[in-house]
Amino acid sequence: MLYRESGQYKTSYISDQSIFPIREDRIGMMIIGVIAIAIPFVASDFFLNAIMTPFLILALAAIGLNILTGYAGQLSLGTGAFMGVGAYSCYKLTTIFPDVNIIILVLLSGLFSAGIGVIFGLPSLRIKGLYLAVTTLAAQFFLEWCFIRIPWLYNYNASGAIEVPERRGFGDIILTGPAAGAMTQYFVVLGIVVVVTLAVKNIVRGRIGRQWMMIRDMDIAAELMGVRPLTAKLSAFAVSSYLCGVAGAMFIFFYLGAAEPSAFSITLSFQILFMVILGGLGSLVGSYFGAAFIWGLPIVLRAVLPAMGIDIGAETVFHIATMVVGALIIFFLIVEPHGLARLWSLGKEKLRVWPFPYG
Amino acid sequence: MRLKRLIAGTILAGTLAGAALPAFADELFVPLFSYRTGPYAGSGIPIANGMHDYLTMLNERDGGINGVKIKVEECETGYDTQKGVECYEQVKGNGALVISPYSTGITLQVIPKASVDKIPVLSMAYGLSAAAEGNTFPWVFNPPDTYWDGASAIITDITRREGGAEAMKGKKIGYIFLDAGYGREAIPLLEQLSKDMGFELLQYPVPGKEMQNQASQWLNIRRDKPDYMVMWGWGAMNPTAVKEATKIRYPMDKFYGVWWSGGNDDAAAGGEAAKGYRTLNFHGVGADYPFIADIKKYVVDAGKSQVDPAKFADNLYNRGVYNSMLIAEGIRRAQELTGKTVIDATDMRAGLENLDITEERLKEMGMEGFALPMKLSCEDHSGHHKVYVVEWDGKDWQKSGDWFSPDVDMVKPLLKKAAEEYVASNAPWPERTEPCLNN
Repeated sequence: MLYRESGQYKTSYISDQSIFPIREDRIGMMIIGVIAIAIPFVASDFFLNAIMTPFLILALAAIGLNILTGYAGQLSLGTGAFMGVGAYSCYKLTTIFPDVNIIILVLLSGLFSAGIGVIFGLPSLRIKGLYLAVTTLAAQFFLEWCFIRIPWLYNYNASGAIEVPERRGFGDIILTGPAAGAMTQYFVVLGIVVVVTLAVKNIVRGRIGRQWMMIRDMDIAAELMGVRPLTAKLSAFAVSSYLCGVAGAMFIFFYLGAAEPSAFSITLSFQILFMVILGGLGSLVGSYFGAAFIWGLPIVLRAVLPAMGIDIGAETVFHIATMVVGALIIFFLIVEPHGLARLWSLGKEKLRVWPFPYG
Repeated sequence: MRLKRLIAGTILAGTLAGAALPAFADELFVPLFSYRTGPYAGSGIPIANGMHDYLTMLNERDGGINGVKIKVEECETGYDTQKGVECYEQVKGNGALVISPYSTGITLQVIPKASVDKIPVLSMAYGLSAAAEGNTFPWVFNPPDTYWDGASAIITDITRREGGAEAMKGKKIGYIFLDAGYGREAIPLLEQLSKDMGFELLQYPVPGKEMQNQASQWLNIRRDKPDYMVMWGWGAMNPTAVKEATKIRYPMDKFYGVWWSGGNDDAAAGGEAAKGYRTLNFHGVGADYPFIADIKKYVVDAGKSQVDPAKFADNLYNRGVYNSMLIAEGIRRAQELTGKTVIDATDMRAGLENLDITEERLKEMGMEGFALPMKLSCEDHSGHHKVYVVEWDGKDWQKSGDWFSPDVDMVKPLLKKAAEEYVASNAPWPERTEPCLNN
């Protein structure tokens, strides 16, 4: 009744090919947009700093992994390290060019990550599946080793950590560093994530994205039809690593404020892999769902359980969150391998025929 | 069915938005960053129990501090910096009086934030050594000693055993450390000492991921045969190192640990063979103190503690208690200074800066012989107090030798230089604007 596309006629190719062809979807997106802009004015700093900003950043990282794993079918366990490459290159760039706007540097640092990603993507031309996962795992360990063992990367800091300096932009607004406002950082992250997501959406529904999906579904058939595996696979690695790199740079500059190499450990790679699996392989909106779920669950548990009068220890919350996430991953792999994104589209289909379902 | 689940999920997410809980005005909110999970839990649990139990005991026995109850809340970090920052953001808005990160990594992250958010950070004998410079880091405290004091104290003790600085020339000292912010913190000082005194410093980093597998490091140690070993370990690294040392039959009385490598479980991993293993300490060991009896009576026997009775009042538990005592005394001092009973974080900062725990006060608290008197000032947020060495007798820690002072004259100028370097690399670093109430 509310969500129905009957009566909406597409009279031009442009309207037929738009990202949201249904009017209700467009209205829905507008509402989400308004909420996203309104949140900082009503929510607390904690909500912005510890929930919204990292959620958006991790969603971008999940999109990055989803490009590689969900769209191009190449399993990767090196996401955390690729994020690290972005973070460390952004740190080096801002040390060398302190006057350049940090947002430009964040977007540039993704290029370094993309380069490294392509190099570690080369084996994917010969090896597939689980074996490829092992080579990306090697990338994870090698890059982590670099972050610890190459002091030039962290400017020879005695503690081995990188600390985000204060950077201003757009007039004199403090963008990074401890004095930066939660709202500023949220809007910067929101802007970058929305723009990049739109760009990615257009890549995946165009020629390049279709090549990735062909490679994923059957690489031999794709090759016979004229898709070059070399360019398709390496471009998937490049785009994926670029997104992860940008996410990693934002993770440090707009969320953590400082980082030890351990911030980019294998744990982070797995966390993002879980987001992609739970959210839905091969779906952009699923990446958002997955990120919101994995990042939000421990925080929700910690806030909701005591509010309900259940008094449990801080460590038990973590145990519960770990168990719930583990159980849910198994549940989703069995019942709904396409994850939360699939539930979402099922919900929309149900809504389309509501209140008179048939079939 | 699925739609319903979706709706339920949305509602759940909605409640989250309103879940930021305000602090109650008539309480003293002390958040404890603890880690009872993960690879560092072995060290984290006794600390968390000790910190929690002392503050709970004050609530139960005295009804809080000067009649105001302490609200103790743990936030689980898992020794993970990312989770630590999240905990920080969470307690920041709830009126936290003081942060005890219990991780050098987390401390390094919150130091720049603390001066902006105006919340004092009490990193008791850990964290950034240079933070002892109160004029540069007005919001950070690291009493009673910095890591550099610790490193200096160990070398001082070795020099004493060798019979003077002359004998140190040409000696080999191995440094095995957790390859993270924590373990690296002492390196600049040890390098300086090695240059000044002419001993050779051999470094054996242990990556956090592989701290339970140190066979290769100890193989190198067996080959290099250092005259003394110094360890900066934490969590599962400590028992592994002690075990490996006994395996290669390293003379345990020449194996020194910093105070954080002195857990009972750490040394017990080597059993009888670990006899002689030495660590630094700055508080009493054992349960023979009146305040420990109070904790037992009011907290442990009342079932308000999570501590395993067999591990009650072990070395790291006492460390946690000592840390909580500093927090409680800081609150008390702040109340004295401001005349208010319910204080805020700014008052707490002043309270910690003017901390002056005298012999009489220690006696009053039932801590005579447990700790030495200590005093902080605006310039010096650490105090560089005396430490002593405890020795593992195969079953428990025993005091060995007297309290002695680290080489303060050597450490202080280096700290000053390190603080200046920190300011330079973190420009623009805010100037101190907080008034000094010492004089």
